[in-house]
Amino acid sequence: MNGPKLFAAYQQKLRREAKIVLTWQLSILVLFFAFWEVASRLYWIDPLLFSSPSRVFISIWDRLVQGSLLGHIQVTLLETILGFLIGTIAGIVIASMLWSFHRFAKVMDPYLVVFNAMPKVALGPILIVALGPGYLSIIAMGFIISVIVTTLVVFAAFHEVDQNYLKVLRSFEATKWQCFKEAVFPASLPAIISTLKVNVGLSWVGVIVGEYLVSKQGLGYLIIYGFQVFDFTLVMSSLVIIAILAAIMYKTVEKIEQMLIRK
Amino acid sequence: MSYLTLDRVSHYYFSKKQYTEALHNISFFVRKNEFVSLLGPSGCGKSTLLSLISGMLQPAEGEILINGEKMEISDIEIGYMLQQDYLFPWKTIIDNVLIGPKIRKRQTGELKQKAISLLKEVGLENVAEKYPSELSGGMRQRAALIRTLITEPEILLLDEPFSALDFQTKLKLEVLVSDLLKAYQKTAVLVTHDIGEAISMSDRIILMSSHPGRVAKMYEVPVELRDESPFLVRKHPKYGRLFDKIWADLNQQNQTVNPLEENES
Repeated sequence: MNGPKLFAAYQQKLRREAKIVLTWQLSILVLFFAFWEVASRLYWIDPLLFSSPSRVFISIWDRLVQGSLLGHIQVTLLETILGFLIGTIAGIVIASMLWSFHRFAKVMDPYLVVFNAMPKVALGPILIVALGPGYLSIIAMGFIISVIVTTLVVFAAFHEVDQNYLKVLRSFEATKWQCFKEAVFPASLPAIISTLKVNVGLSWVGVIVGEYLVSKQGLGYLIIYGFQVFDFTLVMSSLVIIAILAAIMYKTVEKIEQMLIRK
Repeated sequence: MSYLTLDRVSHYYFSKKQYTEALHNISFFVRKNEFVSLLGPSGCGKSTLLSLISGMLQPAEGEILINGEKMEISDIEIGYMLQQDYLFPWKTIIDNVLIGPKIRKRQTGELKQKAISLLKEVGLENVAEKYPSELSGGMRQRAALIRTLITEPEILLLDEPFSALDFQTKLKLEVLVSDLLKAYQKTAVLVTHDIGEAISMSDRIILMSSHPGRVAKMYEVPVELRDESPFLVRKHPKYGRLFDKIWADLNQQNQTVNPLEENES
């Protein structure tokens, strides 16, 4: 008898909890920007170095109106998405090859370990020499930073698939490719999605560092340029934009995850 | 008339440092439409034996013949059912059931109709479009049974298919499997460590001993028990007698295992 009433109360409790969490989240955001603004105006921090939210937003607005900012955003976003996609897809393909050819996996093992341990960013100068100072080396940077870790994580996930699923398929005389398609790949999908999430962050690192090194355009370029001409408002503006874009990209991956994986 | 024959089959497992003999000189046969149980403690190589019969493993020594032909050239369909259902969680029940035909590229509309009618027969017609996570353990194992039966295997290998279920579900499923196998006239080999299950389902019981696995004894299940449903068998007076006999042999086996091994080496 009390079921519906208790359920309504439970739902209300859930809504209340969600509201409280949201309130806290917004308060922290507002407080952070408010404190930053006040600290800057009252010279608790050096406004020349740390700028202030009002200046950052004015600077973003001005550049948007002038139209110069959109170009920078486009360039960086494109490079990041390409680096991310190529790195992830190549990682999955290599992992699949390692899974199909057992001996190949054993042979490659030490090379993967060394390459994974290496700070990929250090390869920057070599990439620039090899691919030229342009988009190509920046995208390569975004790619190289995510590809090996994707390979390792996805390969490990392929390995952890319950052998009994394969046994079921083999009892129907499935080929290796059928085993991969019907069991190994779908069973590893959750692991693959979680590497996607990690790779979003990694490809931003790769691209921004790449832009530090060579570019004439992009958000990484704006940061370095702002640093060189001592325009820290520009640096802060770029950071804010990067934070927003990276968050959107992450959320997109999360949406894809919800589409691909049933609870 | 022997339908499935194992002739002096031995098998080994290798690891880096050593090898173990999993099966030693196993010979037995199964008649057509017969239900044989392999009973034994864990580690006696029962599951290895099933993998060999299914053709997933090749015996290191000896031969397995089906209908007088070597395994490799025989085109007789063999169905394999595992300890747990191992339904693919990302496929619906109907897609899970049809995975065998899909792998063999023999998917047809008729087959789908057949799958639906088989699902109906085991009371799963309403969950065909659901996912395995939405079903109970017993329902899932029933779906797995249909997945095995849809390819119309002549020989059915059952690897402790009831062991992960609660007692009530297990009994119901035993009755179901026993009825289905009789209705479709299948030959079956069941692996189990449950004496009661072995007696109530089979025509013949092969008792195995372990380290390495070998055939220890064979029992004919009394005729009166064979056609009885597994539930009623358990109440029959002859059930108790056979149970006690097997129980005694199993216990004796445990005591004599070590001296036996020493004598041989």
